Amino acid sequence: MKRYVCQVCGYVYDPAQGDPDNGIAAGTPFEKLPDSWECPVCGASKADFAPEA
Amino acid sequence: MEPLQIAPGIYSVGVRDWTIRDFHGYSTDLGTTYNAFLIVDEQVALIDSVKAEFADELLAHIARVIDPRRIDLVVSNHTELDHAGGLARVMHRIGEEKPLYCSKMGAKNLARHFPRKWNYRAVGTGEELRLGRRTLRFLETRMIHWPDSMFTYVVEDGILFSSDGFGQHYAGPETFDDETGERILPHAKKYFANILLPYTGLIEKLLQQVEALRLDIRMICPDHGVLWRKDPGRILEAYRTWCRQEPGRRAVIVYDTMWHSTEKMAAAIHEGIAAEGVSCRPMHLRAFHRSEIVTEIFDARAVVVGSPTLNNGLFPTVADFLCYLKGLKPQNKIGAAFGSYGWSGEAVRLIEEELERMKIPRIQEGLRVPFVPEGETLEACRAFGRAIGRAVVESTAVPA
Ligand SMILES: [Fe+2]
Ligand SMILES: [Fe+2]
Ligand SMILES: [Zn+2]
Repeated sequence: MKRYVCQVCGYVYDPAQGDPDNGIAAGTPFEKLPDSWECPVCGASKADFAPEA
Repeated sequence: MEPLQIAPGIYSVGVRDWTIRDFHGYSTDLGTTYNAFLIVDEQVALIDSVKAEFADELLAHIARVIDPRRIDLVVSNHTELDHAGGLARVMHRIGEEKPLYCSKMGAKNLARHFPRKWNYRAVGTGEELRLGRRTLRFLETRMIHWPDSMFTYVVEDGILFSSDGFGQHYAGPETFDDETGERILPHAKKYFANILLPYTGLIEKLLQQVEALRLDIRMICPDHGVLWRKDPGRILEAYRTWCRQEPGRRAVIVYDTMWHSTEKMAAAIHEGIAAEGVSCRPMHLRAFHRSEIVTEIFDARAVVVGSPTLNNGLFPTVADFLCYLKGLKPQNKIGAAFGSYGWSGEAVRLIEEELERMKIPRIQEGLRVPFVPEGETLEACRAFGRAIGRAVVESTAVPA
């Protein structure tokens, strides 16, 4: 599963970890994140993420 | 001095910290200021607070304009404690139930600093708040330089309260750019180089966004240093230039030394660089503060780092400097490493590894000299410097 990087603050979404603080279970791929999900660090939207190089 | 009316009904009520000399690791040789602003309209608004230990001074400044309890709302543009630390005192004095406007990340981050459940009103870019005659418009500036950062613009007066943006760590008798003249710019540049450098890509986008909004900006009021009222375009233009990080025809030699051997190397390398017509400053890490060094590097093409080997590693001040520089993600640099050593000599390789992590290309392989440099090895240092000088000349424009 691909990791995605927030283009605003550099936070890395790792599907293996998920984002449990915001109700995203470990193992959730980036594509399956709800559209309302936001970067937990800076609040940027999903559209502000890019696949990790 | 505060309180000072900067526009009809708008007062500067912040404080001057004359004595601070170390601002979280940034050298503030002339101190700094924590600016805050009071807008007296049908609703009275306080824009930003100050460091906790100055909260009473802030409240005293406000009290000379209006009873602090008459403040109806607070805007917090940035959570960092030099601007939010005083909020606990301020909210206690004006009324804990008063609305506190901030970005969404601001509400989240303030809650992590202050246990009290305040009446947070999260606002986003473009949202407006009418005070009466005046309107506040908010503009989020995420990661410039914290996730919570935002600007507040007073539509009718054309005043941009820009939080840390366009600020300078400078405390003086002056309040405005027309009182300091151009000599405030080096302070603004040092602030940019040491605080905002990692975010130049975002700042460029923000400047474009501001331009597209066609805001009539008549005054820019940052939270540190003087206010830009004579020519706000001057600092906007400077930021545009600084964002490009275009290096000048310059080099910086950053080093430390135990028994003057690495220092002798630095002097010979300096000779070589200067012989190629490149302006160069050697900076001993215990003579120059790391934030002064970064400001010098900001304008330079080549970063030349020297360290003796101490107990198989880097000299501690060199490690400190490399750690600091790496976090700032400088662009458009080239580098080289050198150092004297006794028996094992790991330092030069360790510097090169750090430069590589910073994506600073190596001009040439590092230069190591056992114990004390003399005749032949000093000549090698001069040749090393000349190669650096030539690399700088080849990759920079002719100085204007
Ligand atoms: Fe800040
Ligand atoms: Fe600040
Ligand atoms: Zn982010």
